[in-house]
Amino acid sequence: MKAIVKISNLSKTYNTGDQALKNIDLEIYEGEILALLGPNGAGKTTLISTICGIVSASSGSVTVAGHDIVSGYRITRDLIGLVPQELTLGAFDTVWNTVSFSRGLFGKKPNPAYIEQLLKDLSLYDKKNNALMTLSGGMKRRVLIAKALSHEPRILFLDEPTAGVDVELRRDMWRLVRGLQESGVTIILTTHYIEEAEEIADRVGIISNGELVLVGDKKTLMHELGKKQLILDLKHPIVDIPESLAKYALEISDDGNQLTYTYDTHSTRTGITALLQSLNEAGLSMKDLKTRQTSLEEIFVNLVRSQA
Amino acid sequence: MNFQAIRVIYKFEMLRAWNTLLQSIASPVISTSLYFVVFGAAIGSRIEQVEGVPYGLFIVPGLVMLSLLTQSIANASFGIFFPKFTGQIYEVLSAPISFFEIIVGYVGAAASKSLILGTIILITANLFVDLEVAHPVWMVTFLILTCISFSLFGFIIGLWATNFEKLQLIPMLIITPLVFLGGSFYSVNMLPPVWQTVTLFNPVLYLISGFRWSFFEVADVGVGISLMMITIFLLSCLLLVWWMFKSGYRLKQ
Ligand SMILES: Nc1ncnc2c1ncn2[C@@H]1O[C@H](COP(=O)(O)OP(=O)(O)OP(=O)(O)O)[C@@H](O)[C@H]1O
Ligand SMILES: [Mg+2]
Repeated sequence: MKAIVKISNLSKTYNTGDQALKNIDLEIYEGEILALLGPNGAGKTTLISTICGIVSASSGSVTVAGHDIVSGYRITRDLIGLVPQELTLGAFDTVWNTVSFSRGLFGKKPNPAYIEQLLKDLSLYDKKNNALMTLSGGMKRRVLIAKALSHEPRILFLDEPTAGVDVELRRDMWRLVRGLQESGVTIILTTHYIEEAEEIADRVGIISNGELVLVGDKKTLMHELGKKQLILDLKHPIVDIPESLAKYALEISDDGNQLTYTYDTHSTRTGITALLQSLNEAGLSMKDLKTRQTSLEEIFVNLVRSQA
Repeated sequence: MNFQAIRVIYKFEMLRAWNTLLQSIASPVISTSLYFVVFGAAIGSRIEQVEGVPYGLFIVPGLVMLSLLTQSIANASFGIFFPKFTGQIYEVLSAPISFFEIIVGYVGAAASKSLILGTIILITANLFVDLEVAHPVWMVTFLILTCISFSLFGFIIGLWATNFEKLQLIPMLIITPLVFLGGSFYSVNMLPPVWQTVTLFNPVLYLISGFRWSFFEVADVGVGISLMMITIFLLSCLLLVWWMFKSGYRLKQ
């Protein structure tokens, strides 16, 4: 796959002394959906802002479609659309005017037909003459998306697009994102919600404390780092785990009805057979058993915890 | 050159005034009329003439400059400060625009508004007195140079200001006194000699003097010096704003 954005050794220290980014190396592939995950203050917004030209890097470089973002800013910025995290919009402007304004800023000739279609796609068309301050938060989010798409960018950054957004808008948004991807647009989004990354992204990057801890294909990531759990429902509740089962590091539920065994899918021996035999020997009988894959969330929490 | 960007910024800024049209037109008309009633009629009836010019006429150039300076600064500083304050500036920063284009858009709009304002004031003044302009070309040149320089200066203040207080600080504490003490309402020759010398350090004096000369051919200082001073001021502002953008001053973190 071809990299459309190349970030090399990028660092950012704010005037306040906060080091928000530490030697980030990342390639973003053309046409992919990349989700950046990370806790508050991890540096996600700083990373995006640097690529878009809002924050200047302290060291390192970024190229977009082969052009440096500083020396070739006209070309790189032309390719990029940004939906910021905060709902920063004017008050008195109308929806139509603000979206047309954005298109003009990016040097594109007015194209009312395109803007009309864009507003229709985002269910904003009937609000086109409304003043921005009369819109709800979710609608403002849509307006920001329309502004970001107004100049037909090839790369779209969405900084926490689903913060404060209801289920329906979220579904609309994912539909839009998939549609954009089909038309060849590369999409980078940040989120706190792991399910979101799991649902929409092709690749996932995890940022913590200004470092890119991990980046990889979503499926591989979950497979490689994922632990599986075997959940055993007992016929009769127990109070303590018998001595003979200590080596399996089982977890017991509060009511004593359920035992959980965690194992690594990649090790040659999962230990399941032995465990079942030991359970049998200890005289415990089971009602049911099931397995469960660790979610990205757990991977994420583990990683961030080990970072700290 | 990103002409579309200049066009939309300019249009957006002009529209901002259009939305408050009544205020944009009514306030200069009313304040000019008030100045005429107070200075022209009440005081003017006692002074009668300054350097051979009837007092009512004499104060017109000063009145125009007073409004132009304050409004250019207010308009341009607010135009860039506000998006910075609300965060909407992100869009301008992430767009393929050079600093020169940003300036042409914002400062161009502020200067245009001032120019319109100056015209409105001159028309209003003409209702009270019979205005005659000795050197129309020079008059327009001074008008345009002033609008551009002080809009640029306002733009710099808007970039520099980090809060509303700072935004008001320089116009209130520096510009307004300088305009009032720069010979808007009197000739420098009417002051005691010591104060005449002090006044020569007031840059606004040169502006008003030159502008007044284009109407009546009377001036406190030579018109060449006036022109030179305003050009120097304009160039300094350009240099300063160039440096500010170059270093990302208060715009980019
Ligand atoms: N303008 C700024 N000036 C100084 N420090 C800043 C600035 N913006 C961000 N920071 C600091 O940089 C670090 C990274 O912030 P950033 O906004 O990039 O995090 P984030 O991952 O986007 O967080 P969130 O999930 O809360 O949006 C934080 O420590 C933050 O305090
Ligand atoms: Mg953020």
